[in-house]
Amino acid sequence: MTDSKYFTTTKKGEIFELKAELNSDKKEKKKEAVKKVIASMTVGKDVSALFPDVVNCMQTDNLELKKLVYLYLMNYAKSQPDMAIMAVNTFVKDCEDPNPLIRALAVRTMGCIRVDKITEYLCEPLRKCLKDEDPYVRKTAAVCVAKLHDINAQLVEDQGFLDTLKDLISDSNPMVVANAVAALSEIAESHPSSNLLDLNPQSINKLLTALNECTEWGQIFILDCLANYTPKDDREAQSICERVTPRLSHANSAVVLSAVKVLMKFMEMLSKDLDYYGTLLKKLAPPLVTLLSAEPELQYVALRNINLIVQKRPEILKHEMKVFFVKYNDPIYVKLEKLDIMIRLASQANIAQVLAELKEYATEVDVDFVRKAVRAIGRCAIKVEQSAERCVSTLLDLIQTKVNYVVQEAIVVIKDIFRKYPNKYESVIATLCENLDSLDEPEARAAMIWIVGEYAERIDNADELLESFLEGFHDESTQVQLQLLTAIVKLFLKKPTETQELVQQVLSLATQDSDNPDLRDRGYIYWRLLSTDPVAAKEVVLAEKPLISEETDLIEPTLLDELICYIGTLASVYHKPPSAFVEGGRGVVHKSLPPRTASSESTESPETAPAGAPPGEQPDVIPAQGDLLGDLLNLDLGPPVSGPPLATTSVQMGAVDLLGGGLDSLVCPGPLWIGGPNFVAPPAAAVPASLGAPIGSGLSDLFDLTSGVGTLSGSYVAPKAVWLPAMKAKGLEISGTFTRQVGSISMDLQLTNKALQVMTDFAIQFNRNSFGLAPAAPLQVHAPLSPNQTVEISLPLNTVGSVMKMEPLNNLQVAVKNNIDVFYFSTLYPLHILFVEDGKMDRQMFLATWKDIPNENEAQFQIRDCPLNAEAVSSKLQSSNIFTIAKRNVEGQDMLYQSLKLTNGIWVLAELRIQPGNPSFTVRLSLKCRAPEVSQHVYQAYETILKN
Amino acid sequence: MIHSLFLINSSGDIFLEKHWKSVVSRSVCDYFFEAQERATEAENVPPVIPTPHHYLLSVYRHKIFFVAVIQTEVPPLFVIEFLHRVVDTFQDYFGVCSEPVIKDNVVVVYEVLEEMLDNGFPLATESNILKELIKPPTILRTVVNTITGSTNVGDQLPTGQLSVVPWRRTGVKYTNNEAYFDVIEEIDAIIDKSGSTITAEIQGVIDACVKLTGMPDLTLSFMNPRLLDDVSFHPCVRFKRWESERTLSFIPADGSFRLLSYHVSAQNLVAIPVYVKHNISFRDSSSLGRFEITVGPKQTMGKTIEGVMVTSQMPKGVLNMSLTPSQGTHTFDPVTKMLSWDVGKINPQKLPSLKGTMSLQAGASKPDENPTINLQFKIQQLAISGLKVNRLDMYGEKYKPFKGIKYMTKAGKFQVRT
Repeated sequence: MTDSKYFTTTKKGEIFELKAELNSDKKEKKKEAVKKVIASMTVGKDVSALFPDVVNCMQTDNLELKKLVYLYLMNYAKSQPDMAIMAVNTFVKDCEDPNPLIRALAVRTMGCIRVDKITEYLCEPLRKCLKDEDPYVRKTAAVCVAKLHDINAQLVEDQGFLDTLKDLISDSNPMVVANAVAALSEIAESHPSSNLLDLNPQSINKLLTALNECTEWGQIFILDCLANYTPKDDREAQSICERVTPRLSHANSAVVLSAVKVLMKFMEMLSKDLDYYGTLLKKLAPPLVTLLSAEPELQYVALRNINLIVQKRPEILKHEMKVFFVKYNDPIYVKLEKLDIMIRLASQANIAQVLAELKEYATEVDVDFVRKAVRAIGRCAIKVEQSAERCVSTLLDLIQTKVNYVVQEAIVVIKDIFRKYPNKYESVIATLCENLDSLDEPEARAAMIWIVGEYAERIDNADELLESFLEGFHDESTQVQLQLLTAIVKLFLKKPTETQELVQQVLSLATQDSDNPDLRDRGYIYWRLLSTDPVAAKEVVLAEKPLISEETDLIEPTLLDELICYIGTLASVYHKPPSAFVEGGRGVVHKSLPPRTASSESTESPETAPAGAPPGEQPDVIPAQGDLLGDLLNLDLGPPVSGPPLATTSVQMGAVDLLGGGLDSLVCPGPLWIGGPNFVAPPAAAVPASLGAPIGSGLSDLFDLTSGVGTLSGSYVAPKAVWLPAMKAKGLEISGTFTRQVGSISMDLQLTNKALQVMTDFAIQFNRNSFGLAPAAPLQVHAPLSPNQTVEISLPLNTVGSVMKMEPLNNLQVAVKNNIDVFYFSTLYPLHILFVEDGKMDRQMFLATWKDIPNENEAQFQIRDCPLNAEAVSSKLQSSNIFTIAKRNVEGQDMLYQSLKLTNGIWVLAELRIQPGNPSFTVRLSLKCRAPEVSQHVYQAYETILKN
Repeated sequence: MIHSLFLINSSGDIFLEKHWKSVVSRSVCDYFFEAQERATEAENVPPVIPTPHHYLLSVYRHKIFFVAVIQTEVPPLFVIEFLHRVVDTFQDYFGVCSEPVIKDNVVVVYEVLEEMLDNGFPLATESNILKELIKPPTILRTVVNTITGSTNVGDQLPTGQLSVVPWRRTGVKYTNNEAYFDVIEEIDAIIDKSGSTITAEIQGVIDACVKLTGMPDLTLSFMNPRLLDDVSFHPCVRFKRWESERTLSFIPADGSFRLLSYHVSAQNLVAIPVYVKHNISFRDSSSLGRFEITVGPKQTMGKTIEGVMVTSQMPKGVLNMSLTPSQGTHTFDPVTKMLSWDVGKINPQKLPSLKGTMSLQAGASKPDENPTINLQFKIQQLAISGLKVNRLDMYGEKYKPFKGIKYMTKAGKFQVRT
């Protein structure tokens, strides 16, 4: 009576037998045969040969049989596309069936048949089903649009299904709304530029209503969609939070976590003084704790997310330490995560409890876990200063157990404790030395050697100890060899008399007998240091080391903020932004926390500083020393005002540059005036030769420059603004601006290394943006950037990158990589860098176009305090590629008619009204453009150019 | 969304695969097998495994790995919750969820899976809706179907699918109208060597079994609702009523369902009903160790503790144990080193104890780790948190239902360190 009988026929003629049964006249026999086919299919047997016979069974009133045939079709249609066409008629007929279940089933199955020819026939039935009277059919059809999009995206767009899908967001049935949201989200994922989920307060309201009534899965889709919305102010954020909080009590943990994401993100906008902020914080803790009583797999995902949450807002769970205590039968992946969070929550208040637990864990069976527990004790010592002493004594207790891996792990962390609290716990060194022989792991050996070298003056037999290591020098790993070399040099500097022989031995081992370049080079450096100037050697080798802090374990703040936007997703499990691992780099949009709007506090969110105001309005930056130097050099060289300002680096290497094909850097010179008058004079009418000159023709430009006759067509250049402060990028500070000269756009960057280590391997990448800006060449930083060094780079840009509409339009998200990490920032570029040189419209054309553009596209602006006359305005604008086409004088006002063209071919027409007698010097500007969303930015460009 | 599902048994055979989008080759499971090998124990296989083109999310239930394949960024909890739902549905349909049962019902399984997801989006996961779409197999139905030629597949749109109460179908009729509620609390606790509590919390649930005609509207109120500050509700519970009045108001699902789960973590509220006295000692010199444990009642509010079961994972060095229990039976597995002692009831006058010696590997040093004792027990007619139902009222229907409430306390993860 069971289905296992379907597996029993394994004779040779199985397929043949099935074929006969499928063609039987008896309904029952047919059904049984189809069941056998399906059973074979589920275990991965190939039964595609039966395709025509199975499809023949499709025309039936028996719903079970129909469903079975559909199951078969979905699996095999792709391999037999021509045969699959046979099924189309039945599908189309079924889509008209009076029974909604059958209509839905038909449209659902058709979408699963991934054959191009079939999709053509699918369109009409799908269109009907999207408007079906029965919500069950509509919700199925909504998902079908996503399926179709996956097979043939163009078709879906051409047929207008996306609009219909968007309309379904306002459907009366919450389940339909949820499915429409899910489908749109999936489509949007492969189409980041499409702006499908255009969220506005009205649609948000609809989603929030549907949220209360739809299924748990629908709630997840809606919550994830809500999380992408940016409320306009804190009040809206609060009202959304209020409506989302009930979801925290849902039985489905995915709903809970998605709700947590929305709340964590929108909380960013709420002022901390608000009562509601405190209430919300309190409400977040219990659901997170509850997630930990769920099944281990759910716990794991929850813990990875809690790890992010406690880093962002430690106050939420600070009293919940105990729920993270490890049960001995937790799976190992849960144990390790719990341990990590325990350390993050450790504070003076709970450290005693934490330490007692960690000590307990250190006697467990699982080696990985024990090691991590021992390490955790060390991290506690570094994090909570008051506990350091207790941690050290706990570690000593553990060393007494003589369990090999515990001892080794303990020694590694004690080394870190020494680095954090120098000259405090050296009394334990004797105990450590007793265990020297049991160390067999490189990391532990290296740590021990470091300790001996660092405290050589207090260890009587330090030379003997180190010598004992030296015997097997060549068998050690590089880590140990390097450490041993340094330790012996330290020892020599401290006790020069007794250890001369030893140091010579190690230096010769390192420099002569070793193949490892690192070791050899370090050996040579020490050798030369010691032989030329022992005092200097002492200063270098025994220099005071910077203290280490617990921050090394923390996720870098910008990344953390981004990850908070991805709570509940795979990104949060891996603690990496999706761009770092999502397949195929499908243009993932970087998310950022919304800026706090109404708060009086200083902004905490990472992106507000650059994104808050256009660069032109940023306060002037005090020039760094390097810049001043560059300025002075500039004066000395005496180029014309419009000449290429030279960056410090190019001054140093000027000669080389000129000879060594460094023309490019002169064609796109980096500006260097900081805070001074930045205006570049307009080109003389007589020298239009350089207008629109291609980038490659560097020679003529060079000629222009050197002769000092010609003036470059260069737009207004804003002063450099700090885009990425050093504290957010592990010491790398980036400031910059945009320029446009001779038809080429460049991004002038100033990289400053404020960290203590050398930075190398720079690279840059842009996210998709509204105008397709992309680097035209890789970021070239020729030499490693040493600490406190600044380098100026001009990065040529083009506009052939991929396009995605950004909010605001001129937002540019940039990722910069160096040997330390990847950093993200966003900036706003002034629109005038996109004004092209051939933006002068024919007069007739202008008139026609002006009339042609509907009046609702016209935008009016006022520019105040602009004491320029029409001549000056016109010439000033022309240098930034805004061309005056005609000029009139009407009733004492000067009217200028101007045109400009953007790199993507959008024309903007302008009418400028200047009243010379007006005391407030107001200039009125009307802009007409077919893409009205650019007007605001064009106006800003006007204002910046005219005011500088 | 969810791309495919593979069911894998503990010996590493894929015995079922289902694809909701394009077909993903089963070779993707090789990455899973690798992870499985590394994890040594099935429970330790990480739930999220990345592969070059896919992500594998898995749960391990009833000795079967349920492995879901996803290709794009999908909330992992969503996938894991769904997999749990699949397990629950199988259990609901077939009574048990095991490899032979799934193989026996492979076509029904396939049909059910097809109804649960569409293009990777959940479609129908409520078991009462599924059961209307695809009837669970029973011997009787199979016989009837063979005679009449009718099918297992419903041809009407399930009524719950789109109503505002998707968890309940219309037109439910019972001759005996009854509503039972079980308040079940599990204590999770860690007790240290000296017998003091390190952490203790209560995971409570109220499971309902409601067989009522029509569309009843129930209200359940508690004597002490303040206990419940961390709760998760079944979708049927009206959250607003709870927020304002602290009563549960709901139109119940038909049949058995979990109405509410809650969490009590405030330390003072969690009473510890048992204690364990232990003396487990290894000596460096001797190859014999002493072993003695006694279990006794602590805060039981006068109720009997039953179903007591003590298990402990002994250190690797223990070769064998020779023990005598004062009551119950005990076993020691020399291969897995697992000691278990089925104690039964605790009689406060005569406390159960287990005494004896352990023989250790001769010459080996004493084990590094101390065994942890795991305890299981049950207390009938007691909710250890003190939660009490005040009354249950029914509106919307005329008949008088039979109502019943049961309380029970169990050990969850109850561990005593030695």
